[in-house]
Amino acid sequence: MKPAAFNYKKPSTLTGVLELLRESGEDSNILAGGQSLMPTLNMRLSAPSLLIDINGVDELFGISVTDNTVRIGSMTRHAELEKSSVISEHIPLINAAMPYIAHPAIRNRGTIGGSLALADPAAELPACLCALRGFVEMTSTSATRKVEAKDFFRALYETDLKANEIITAIEIPRYDQNYFSFIDELSRRHGDYAMCGLAFHAKIEEKIISDAQIVFFAVEAKPIIAVTAMRELEGAKISDVSLEVLQGAVGNDLDPFGDLHASATLKLHYAKELIKRAITSGITSG
Amino acid sequence: MANLKEMMQDHILDRPNSYIGKSVPRPNAKRLLAGRGTFTDDINLPRQSHVAFLRSPYAHAEIVKIDVTSAEASPGVIKIMTGQEMAKICTPWVGVLSHLEGIKSAPQHALAIGKACWQGEPVVAVVAKTRSQAEDAIDLIQVEWNELDVVVDMERALDSDIPVIHDELGDNLTWQRNVDCGDVDAAFKNADHVIEETYISNRHTGVCLETRVIVADYNPGEEQLTVYLSTQCPHMMQNLFAKHLGLEEHKVRIICKDVGGSFGVKVHSYPDEYATAALAYCLKRPVKFTADRLESFTSDIHARDHRINTKIAVSNEGEIQAFEIDDLTGIGPYSVYPRTSGIEVNQVVNLTGGQYKNRNYRAQARVVLQNKSPMCQYRAVGHPVLTLITEGMVDDAARRIGMDPLEIRRKNLIPDDSYPCTAPTGLPFEKLSHHACLEKLAKMLDYDALQKDKREARENGIYRGIGVATFIEVTNPGATFYGIGGAAISAQDGATLRLDAKGNLIVEISVTEQGQGAEAVVAQCAATAMGISLDKVRVITGDTDVTPYGGGTWASRAAAIGGEATVQAGKALKKNIIEVAGIMLQADPATLDIYNNNVVDKSNNTERISLEEVGRICYYRPDTLPKDYQSELVVTRHYVPKQFPFAFTNGVQGCYVEVDTNTGFVKFKKYVVVEDCGTVINPQLVDEQIRGGVIQGLGGALYEECLYNSEGQFLNGTMADYLVPMAVEMPDIEVGHVETPTLESELGAKGAGEAGTGGAPAVIMNAINDALSPLGGKVTRQPFTPERILMAIGKIT
Repeated sequence: MKPAAFNYKKPSTLTGVLELLRESGEDSNILAGGQSLMPTLNMRLSAPSLLIDINGVDELFGISVTDNTVRIGSMTRHAELEKSSVISEHIPLINAAMPYIAHPAIRNRGTIGGSLALADPAAELPACLCALRGFVEMTSTSATRKVEAKDFFRALYETDLKANEIITAIEIPRYDQNYFSFIDELSRRHGDYAMCGLAFHAKIEEKIISDAQIVFFAVEAKPIIAVTAMRELEGAKISDVSLEVLQGAVGNDLDPFGDLHASATLKLHYAKELIKRAITSGITSG
Repeated sequence: MANLKEMMQDHILDRPNSYIGKSVPRPNAKRLLAGRGTFTDDINLPRQSHVAFLRSPYAHAEIVKIDVTSAEASPGVIKIMTGQEMAKICTPWVGVLSHLEGIKSAPQHALAIGKACWQGEPVVAVVAKTRSQAEDAIDLIQVEWNELDVVVDMERALDSDIPVIHDELGDNLTWQRNVDCGDVDAAFKNADHVIEETYISNRHTGVCLETRVIVADYNPGEEQLTVYLSTQCPHMMQNLFAKHLGLEEHKVRIICKDVGGSFGVKVHSYPDEYATAALAYCLKRPVKFTADRLESFTSDIHARDHRINTKIAVSNEGEIQAFEIDDLTGIGPYSVYPRTSGIEVNQVVNLTGGQYKNRNYRAQARVVLQNKSPMCQYRAVGHPVLTLITEGMVDDAARRIGMDPLEIRRKNLIPDDSYPCTAPTGLPFEKLSHHACLEKLAKMLDYDALQKDKREARENGIYRGIGVATFIEVTNPGATFYGIGGAAISAQDGATLRLDAKGNLIVEISVTEQGQGAEAVVAQCAATAMGISLDKVRVITGDTDVTPYGGGTWASRAAAIGGEATVQAGKALKKNIIEVAGIMLQADPATLDIYNNNVVDKSNNTERISLEEVGRICYYRPDTLPKDYQSELVVTRHYVPKQFPFAFTNGVQGCYVEVDTNTGFVKFKKYVVVEDCGTVINPQLVDEQIRGGVIQGLGGALYEECLYNSEGQFLNGTMADYLVPMAVEMPDIEVGHVETPTLESELGAKGAGEAGTGGAPAVIMNAINDALSPLGGKVTRQPFTPERILMAIGKIT
């Protein structure tokens, strides 16, 4: 289990990274936290001729806040998100997602940009970003562009990211204090990829739900925004929500695929359980 | 009476300053924790090369053509070898033993010849300067395969439309055994209740933190093959490498350094390890093979793939009147060498229901071939399966007649005062303590309080269940386990004790350290027998050129058998020391003893001469001793159990679980094990063996399964997909002991390494089923996944 030979470069500037990327195109891989890439290389499931290590690019790290958004550098590690008071204050959903992301050793290295670029269907952060209606900022030598999360994730491990681009940052709108965040997942073991997960974000003011975002992960090829269920909640009083109707709507929204550890039937069952938990939690949180 | 008193004074369990029964720290812990262990992969020899294997990507395929032309030209490549050439260096083997009457298997080669029989079977070996280069070259090898129909489902392995894997065997039935004891038919005919059930034990594997590793080197000058190997049984491997490479046994040396877990995985011989040794012999230079995790999953032995139909007869009063089982097990394409893949099911046949008074017992076992990884003995061989079905059946019976699970066991377990006696199959029990253990468990669980809590929880829609599972466990096997069947596997072990010139004690012993603490236990036995302090003892294991000949570590034998050999060697060496000290002191040896590193006056422990001084005189000033006297400060003693084929141990596990009926998740609220391994030498190590064992059993019960698709492709060969329990999944486990020493040895110790594993699946299943019983659901198929639990209660279909 040794990787095929590859060239390795570690630029210290974003420009340096983008130049290398432009030259090498699809024949290179970006090394961010390496938590998924390294096993892939070692198992020779991937054999790029060039590995571009972006761990030395300072401008990709860090969290900053403006009036309307929180901006997270793509190399910001999960552990840093977990500890950040900015994140826990302004984006509690991301903060709440952290304990579900594998184990501390992985969170110490893994990055938000890496997680989004890989787009594992069972990963938490892609779903959270969709629920938060965040944007992914991508940069090439010629341009910088932003794409809303729901359009960024396209298919199984497939995103809008082009071969000459890297993710430079994530921008998440700031929401007011009336927003309620909820994330939960069911996995075989603590820290495993979920059998089914839910990221939930909604405004609950005077017990009335609005602007709800319901995003399931680990059920289909990419995060699934449950639009029928979201419609059911719009304007509803949280204590009056019919769980049965809502769960039926979730059933309409999802068409899960089975995997090694959970059949499609189980995933759907869990999705209904999770939406119930979200509403219950919303009621208790007042 | 004076003699008896003297005898008792000299008894190992009655020594002053004894280390027996004390949780002394392991001498190797500090080194390992400091990262200064030497595992086999840490060994790097001059001119070392690395071998990697092209393994069959198919479960069953003819090897039509192998083209290595471009691979040979790949940088760093030293040698590429296929099966035909390998067979000229390394002879094939057949995994059968004569005491498993009728067992058959096909010749197996180090590298497949003609066809590959499981996905992962080694086919081509590539030796290169680095492992990366060897893997690069493998990518360039062109193999033309002709895919063959596969045998995957063991239920279909004997059907007429299913291919026979090895034509020369005639069919896929490797072995069959039937036993019929008492009058089973009459018992079932007359029974108040007969309950039938099918249990499925899932194929899983022992996941060692350290994978299999071998570094082999051949020195043509000495005609000596030296093999560094992560193994449980150095002398067995010495014999096998010599035999199949055509070398003299004394020209093969096995060195086993630190081992990062073995669990039975490293008690077998593997094709890739023979190939590595053969390549070193052929190339006359060191060759290293380190299994990576993926190849561990497809080449390490798997275990416990069984489907068992069961039937129990019980009276209205709760008397168990008969057990009947029909076990079908699929072992992969070959019976594993040299221990065979028949032993696991043989244990199931021998021991099912063995803790109960019932004498009516019938069993059928069939062992079939299939195109999956070979299956063989893994920690607690057969016991997790047989305990699962025994205790599953007993709970089935209790539920049917509405009897408390503890009560039905009280009624049917062999009484503690009725030993010696035998199992229905004839295996003798020296002395067991089922009832003492059961009562202790009930107390530790606080059984009545749990029952109350369970009832109250149910009123609130919370489903909790109590599980109880009693067990018996084979430990300390004598020669009837393997040797009698023709295997060159020693049931005997030896210890050599040497007092050095500074009064320190060097122990060389043939049992091995796998990370379980065997060296600590041996040191405790040596120090206690000798009367010296533990810091003066150094234990050396794992080198066939150094230690006495012996079996190594398997079947929960290292502490008890190695410990007894050490005790006897220690007593003999002490006698020698006291003899020479008597000469030095002009004292009667009968008045002397050794205590706290000094030869002392036996009557009052006052120091007469230090061991250091004895050593100094014996080694440097023997001229001061009588001319006709020769001191002997080295003694070897061996031990092998002879009176009983096994030292059976027993115990009981109990747990309290909560099942989330919305998710099917199982949460442990309490887990207790009471076990009887005879004399407890080191309580902490025994408790950790029990706990670690439980976790491995729990893994099989709830998480671990080798998944295959219908083409025989292994689906979950990574640590992300093959689910071993990790820290969060491990319950707190309380361990209690009842001590019933075996009288066969002075030490009285029995094995403790497998009891946790053997009982865990049964107790977990019983607890889950107790929780599900108000909902009318029941799980009988391992692993008891959330999905299966939800299906059992009709939450999903």
